[in-house]
Amino acid sequence: MTTQELNGAGVIVRALTDLGVEIVFGYPGGAVLPLYDALFAQSKIKHILVRHEQAAVHAAEGYARSTGKPGVVLVTSGPGATNAVTGITDAMMDSIPLVVLTGQVPTHLIGTDAFQECDTVGITRHCSKHNYLVKDIAKLGDTIHEAFYVATSGRPGPVVVDLPKDIQVAKARYVRPGAPSHKTYKPQVKGDLAAIEAAVEMLAAAERPILYTGGGIINSGPGASVLLRELQRLTGAPVTSTLMGLGCFPATSPAFLGMLGMHGTYEANMAMHGADLMLCLGARFDDRVTGRLDAFSPGSRKIHVDIDRSSINKTVRVDLGIVGDVGHVLEDMIKVWKARGHRAGNLRPWWAKIDHWRQRDSLGFAQTGSEILPQYAIRRLWEATHARNPIITTEVGQHQMWAAQHFGFEDPNKWLTSGGLGTMGYGLPAAIGAQLGNPGALVIDIAGEASIQMNIQELGTASQYRLPVKVFILNNEYMGMVRQWQELNHGGRYSESYSEALPDFVKLAEAYGWTGLRIETADQLDDGIAAMLAADGPVMVDCRVAKLANCFPMIPSGAAHTDMVLHGDETVGEKDEDAAALV
Amino acid sequence: MRPALSSPHTLSILVDNEAGVLARIVGLFAGRGYNIESLTVADVSDDHLVSRITVVTSGPPAVIEQIMAQLDRLVPVHRVRDLTALGPHVEREMALVKVAGVGDKRVEALRLADIFRARPVDTTTRSFVFEVSGSTEKVDSFIALMREVGLVEVARTGVVAIARGPEAV
Repeated sequence: MTTQELNGAGVIVRALTDLGVEIVFGYPGGAVLPLYDALFAQSKIKHILVRHEQAAVHAAEGYARSTGKPGVVLVTSGPGATNAVTGITDAMMDSIPLVVLTGQVPTHLIGTDAFQECDTVGITRHCSKHNYLVKDIAKLGDTIHEAFYVATSGRPGPVVVDLPKDIQVAKARYVRPGAPSHKTYKPQVKGDLAAIEAAVEMLAAAERPILYTGGGIINSGPGASVLLRELQRLTGAPVTSTLMGLGCFPATSPAFLGMLGMHGTYEANMAMHGADLMLCLGARFDDRVTGRLDAFSPGSRKIHVDIDRSSINKTVRVDLGIVGDVGHVLEDMIKVWKARGHRAGNLRPWWAKIDHWRQRDSLGFAQTGSEILPQYAIRRLWEATHARNPIITTEVGQHQMWAAQHFGFEDPNKWLTSGGLGTMGYGLPAAIGAQLGNPGALVIDIAGEASIQMNIQELGTASQYRLPVKVFILNNEYMGMVRQWQELNHGGRYSESYSEALPDFVKLAEAYGWTGLRIETADQLDDGIAAMLAADGPVMVDCRVAKLANCFPMIPSGAAHTDMVLHGDETVGEKDEDAAALV
Repeated sequence: MRPALSSPHTLSILVDNEAGVLARIVGLFAGRGYNIESLTVADVSDDHLVSRITVVTSGPPAVIEQIMAQLDRLVPVHRVRDLTALGPHVEREMALVKVAGVGDKRVEALRLADIFRARPVDTTTRSFVFEVSGSTEKVDSFIALMREVGLVEVARTGVVAIARGPEAV
């Protein structure tokens, strides 16, 4: 316990230091100048100056996802806070632990429409896990500690702390608090043992089980991925994963069916449909996963393990819900399984069916000629880099789905993508954050030419901090997923989806001090990738790919898993009004 | 799926008595498309640290369960209880009802008020303000009758509710 007279800004910096914060992503402004002054006077916390506050939040998300530590953001009041809102919402949807410190006008000016004032706690109330407006200097230190506790415990999420400028300059004492706790917020970590025993019996009795895994396993920590592998070995059950869960189970394992859902594999979706027991581990039955709800896995008994009680029975009724941290629940399930002497059942007929579905080779593509298929580009990128266990970030769209399908992940915390909110412009700042958290790692943002322009200004941030991130743009000159939907659902009328007036990405890269490379034909691909990897600093690759390639397989929005479209020539018929209204 | 029947539920929510907590609750209902039929809130602890919010909402059982789970995960929420599901409980609301009139109508208003045990809390030679309390149905009936004898305006508290028996929620 130490006490010392400081000002509010000093208290915040002391609290951050005590909490083990090493990096803060931010952008200064009038309402946070005292905090920037306090940062200037110390050397334990490194501040990364971004070029736009949205990118500060995505960078903090990339840092958090790749390291498992909370990300910290510091922005000013008004536009600083509103610019951060997209990132905060992104972190909320994907359950990423962040603490976002926002400056605020002094307390006596709050509510007067002061310069650069906005109602930050009002605006972020429903896009953050929790938020605080600190009006009492005596509560400042404890509030910072509590914010970290709330952000990182239970279902993680972004917590906003709004800091009026007078609080930052007021004299204050800092007392390091004891063990974190909260009088009302007490997340349930251990699952109910009786329910876990029931789950084990259901799993042992199943003839067609499937493990449906999600981002909760990654949020639980690397131990949960190890336990998942063990449970799979014990049960022999096939494993599928959501977009958020990729890496929690090795893609090269024969037990892995690939991603499920709208752009999932045929075998994953058919196995979900045909299963008699579904064990959902840290996933949330998102509409991109379930497709048409009344046709979703009709014959299965469903067990749902989630740390958030409100995720259970939200969209899909389950037979058994277990509230708890998926890592703890997996550990208990394995103990019970072993203690009861269960052995893997005879799943041969089930695996025979799965192998039959696998033979459809739903991710197959044929690279012929000199035009590069985007799937082929990603596969070659995987071939060239997987031995280095790279961290992959993405933007949002076709390239994101192709990366999810064709870039195999063996470990958690290597795949950083905006899943819930679907934020274009996520990948470059996330890569910057991931590189800062993993200085020796190979970090690649697989991007599209449209998405990358949404936070293109962050090229400067990477240059400033000499971060050797790689941006690999699959350039098809279209907002590809928009164009694909227009082709499939809107008669091929490509309304505003053509990427007109593109910059010369090579020159743009060079203008920021990056290396710029262009790959135009299939025979240049491997050399281009090699040149990207050989360069010491940041590299942007403009990889020209087939302009009209579509991302398949695809379950049309609002359709059932069994209505999967494997190839473009299978898209027939008109959608009814309800289906056309779905996104 | 067959649509389950929607029915009213009275929820009791204990929350930290802090700025913005009501906005969190109300915003959750608005943002997720849940219905609020009635809402009351007041500080109920001697140290002024806890407020009790009573919400009457309606929906099929699955929706009510989801509302409870969503409320429960808000950080400043201590406890959420579905009094309707828990069993015997008392629900009351209070209304102030202003009627104006002279002659027979005025006499009839007073007579009806007496039957409902509504108390005049303000009187002029041409008007009354009655205070009536009881179940929602009783208050509704009283207001309906007052329409016929010169109803001017109504202010209602919305429902407050508490479980029967010795235990706290």
